[in-house]
Amino acid sequence: MAPPGDDVVVPVVELRDVSRTFVAGDVSVPALRDVSMKVGQGEYVAVVGPSGSGKSTMLNLVGLLDRPSKGTYLFEGIDTSTLDEGQRAGLRSRRIGFVFQSFHILAHRTVIENVMLSTIYNGMPRSDRVPSAETSLLRVGLGNRMDFLPTKLSGGERQRVAIARALVTRPALLLADEPTGNLDSTTGGAMLGLFDELRADGLTLIVVTHDSQVSAHADRAIHLRDGRIEVLT
Amino acid sequence: MTGIVMPVNGEEVAPAKMSLRDLAAEAVAGIFARPGRTVLTVLGTVLGIGALVATLGVAKTAGNQIVGRFDELAATSVVVTNEQGFFFGPGGDSRIEIPADAESRLLRLNGVTAAGSFGSVEVGGALVRSVPIPDPLAQTEFQMSVYAASPGLLDAVRGDLATGRWFDWGHSERGDRIVVLGTGAAQRLNITRVDQQPVVFIGDDAYVVIGIVDSVRRQPELLNGLILPEGTARQEYGYTSATTVQIDVEIGAATLIAEQAAVALSPNEPTLLRVQKPPEPQDLRRDVEGDVNALFLVLGGVSLLVGAIGIANVTLVSVLERVGEIGLRRALGAARRHVAGQFLMESTAMGLVGGIIGASLGVLLVVGISAARTWTPVLDPVVPLVAPVVGAVTGLFAGLYPALRAAALEPVEALRSG
Repeated sequence: MAPPGDDVVVPVVELRDVSRTFVAGDVSVPALRDVSMKVGQGEYVAVVGPSGSGKSTMLNLVGLLDRPSKGTYLFEGIDTSTLDEGQRAGLRSRRIGFVFQSFHILAHRTVIENVMLSTIYNGMPRSDRVPSAETSLLRVGLGNRMDFLPTKLSGGERQRVAIARALVTRPALLLADEPTGNLDSTTGGAMLGLFDELRADGLTLIVVTHDSQVSAHADRAIHLRDGRIEVLT
Repeated sequence: MTGIVMPVNGEEVAPAKMSLRDLAAEAVAGIFARPGRTVLTVLGTVLGIGALVATLGVAKTAGNQIVGRFDELAATSVVVTNEQGFFFGPGGDSRIEIPADAESRLLRLNGVTAAGSFGSVEVGGALVRSVPIPDPLAQTEFQMSVYAASPGLLDAVRGDLATGRWFDWGHSERGDRIVVLGTGAAQRLNITRVDQQPVVFIGDDAYVVIGIVDSVRRQPELLNGLILPEGTARQEYGYTSATTVQIDVEIGAATLIAEQAAVALSPNEPTLLRVQKPPEPQDLRRDVEGDVNALFLVLGGVSLLVGAIGIANVTLVSVLERVGEIGLRRALGAARRHVAGQFLMESTAMGLVGGIIGASLGVLLVVGISAARTWTPVLDPVVPLVAPVVGAVTGLFAGLYPALRAAALEPVEALRSG
């Protein structure tokens, strides 16, 4: 943890002039160019922009699934370039929760097993796993679906399983990639209500979306275009 | 939340951890996710390991069976001859003599139960006849083999007398003109009883028949001839040396006696004597096992290889199919080694299960074959214990490449394609 000064609150996420360039053969494609931003503790930030603007690249960088080509990324004050692969995985398992557009639920495992999947990588004691998963599922309103197989769930319910899985480890940061992209407007609306509640609980949220309804719920929106931050509201 | 934050190095950040038990649980869950496919995958290893175990078991059982049936009579017989083949021409006969006291020399060896020597007697073409019975149609004179034997020969060839008695050292040393007939010779000479001391003539020399040999278990040619005591043959026909020594040994002593007999009989030149001994039981068993093993072990090995390729193939397909899951696990905090470990463990577990089932089927097969043939099933206890390990190692190696492929996946790519 950072030894911050008394007057300094360490942001959860801080990007300093971060660029990410993909190289395919002789062609290098810049996906992010010199992006700088901060997301503080308890903030709800939407990242919006057209397709190919670098939203997902940014989310992967912030989620420690990818490394910047240039610049510095501080996660809770820690310079992530000093971390090795195992430490990055360790941070992902303890501090970061992911919710994907396509859910990524294991079809052959029950709902509660899917939720407990994140606990096996983060060192949670075995005896705490089932209670934590149950708490997490109750939190997203799936208390009556715990032993179901995901194939019997609706799209909205699956997304809730994915959120419960992201929350079960009590992360500092929740990253969501198009969380309403595969949902109809009603269930999408319910999802946003859930995010509002999570935010009220003090969770830091970064949501990538091109759904204006989603960004309207956020504290602020970061607009990306061609890998640059266009508007920082 | 303003102010410049000084970056902190991440040395103290703990890496991702995963307990072995969780790894095993995930691997098992992965295996049971697609039970049908797992069964088919495991089948290859089952066949390979089963074939190997059955091969080793059947070979061992068959080898043991042959040894079990091994002829006790042959196993206790050692024969020494001084035949040197025909290249020792006339005048150049370098046959060494078998000493007259061969019998007592051999009986001193521990393990010899009986010994006797014999050889053909050159009677100069003399015909053999008994007391003539006036029958114009019957042939009365025969060309017959005449043998000289030492007194111990009857026991050494395990012979039985039909009537009368066998001669002893006294007869031999005195050169008594007596003879023992083989049963074949006795029939041709029309002699069935000896209580009235019948006489046979070799040429014009008369010999009293004191006994008739009914059967011998070794050296059956004796049954068609006349058997004189050695001393008699030496005195009457200038008989010099026996050509064959028959030794009856205790079970298990044949190899040792075979080595010692030649030295005992001819201390100066033991190598000039030819010794026939029964084949060593261990050698025989090894030969049989070797023959059976060589062929079927290759088959078992091939099926095991096919099984390994099957596991590798299915694990690879499974990796490609579960790219999304791999990405998810990486996002949830799995390190590369956790992903590799899970797939390695899945393939190893499949190999292990295949090995256990295969070893069980192999053992059943050995028992089944033995039951059908009324053999005693024999199996090295190490085989069914090692077989599952071989299966697991096969699975481990088969999973190596797919597991490395899975670990090499970039989480971002994996999540996108899943």
